Amino acid sequence: MKTRLPRPSALAVALMATLWAQTAGAHLLKGEASGFLTGFLHPIFGMDHVLAMVAVGLWGAQLGAPAIWVLPVAFPLVMATGGVLGFLGVPIPGVEYGIAASAIMLGAAVAFELRPPIVVAGLLVGFFAVFHGHAHGTELPPGQSALLYSMGFVIATGCLHALGIGIGTVHRWSWGQKLLLASGTLVAAGGVFFLWKAVA
Amino acid sequence: MSTVVSARARAVVALGVSLACRPADAHLNATGMGPIYDGLMHFLTSPEDLVPALAVALLAGLRGAAYGRRAIFTLPGAWLLGILCGLSVAAANTAMLGAGIWFLVLGGLVLTDAKLSLGAMTALAALVGLVHGYFNGTGMGLSAQSVVAALGLSAAVFVLVVLAAALVVTLRAYWARIAVRVAGSWIAASGLLMLGWSVRAS
Repeated sequence: MKTRLPRPSALAVALMATLWAQTAGAHLLKGEASGFLTGFLHPIFGMDHVLAMVAVGLWGAQLGAPAIWVLPVAFPLVMATGGVLGFLGVPIPGVEYGIAASAIMLGAAVAFELRPPIVVAGLLVGFFAVFHGHAHGTELPPGQSALLYSMGFVIATGCLHALGIGIGTVHRWSWGQKLLLASGTLVAAGGVFFLWKAVA
Repeated sequence: MSTVVSARARAVVALGVSLACRPADAHLNATGMGPIYDGLMHFLTSPEDLVPALAVALLAGLRGAAYGRRAIFTLPGAWLLGILCGLSVAAANTAMLGAGIWFLVLGGLVLTDAKLSLGAMTALAALVGLVHGYFNGTGMGLSAQSVVAALGLSAAVFVLVVLAAALVVTLRAYWARIAVRVAGSWIAASGLLMLGWSVRAS
């Protein structure tokens, strides 16, 4: 026999459980969560980074295998190399321009459905990834946990690529192809905006 | 004979359990849960140890069941041996540089789905276990409790490797194996960043 809890009792239980809840303290070691979160949030809260990284996923999905996984694999690795250059204080001229240009170029690649050889696509993505990595490396807040910051930063980047790939799967439908073209145009327009901000 | 508990009784029990609950203190090292859990928690809350062990498990899983079976005994065994060797050494050494290199090498092997021989896989698992275990051991100090903590830590390594390797061995879909290799690229990229960081810090 199925019995249902009377609504007032259920509410009372839920209220009491909520009010009485204790601190879980799960997984936290002092200072560590902030390192991971700072790294994880860094790419996500920079719209210029978000546009380019999502565009990598969109373009990969448009191109299909093997680009669908080669591009998202190449980007974090080369971006990490740029990050190392940033950590070490090696200057790269025009980093902000490079980031804005990455959104323009990758957005245009999606909008025009460009299909270069995989090596060319990988080189293009890798070239722009250096600028993104360098910006992250130089903007690192002092005192953060290096290991957790790095992991959060890379995982967030991968999640943004995955988001782009997820959206890009609509490519199989004709309306989806049009949606991707519109998305690419939007990304490129965003890149123009950030380029204008960098110049101004 | 089945008995039906009334809704009111269930509500009273739920309320009692809710009111009587204590802080979870999950995963904290200050729980005082005993040395075996301290060892277990140390591993589970130390990404510099956890991720390389996970990478070995992923690599072994990608190569197949025989490799997985070899890794699940070699890695925890070597880890335990490494801890026991390190216990008598007083100085702690948890260099970021070393962790970065392990991340880079193991992540790179997973990324490329490296076709290692069974012997090479075994040697790699043993090396990872010995090195990480040794550095864990140097931070523990020689005592009876440390030996028990070492058992807890090795048990945690065993469980992680069993679960992760078994999961990957069962993956047949193309995209699923690619996802594992992408995880390898993330590990390698994190290692690269850590290397840069350690060079800057030194």
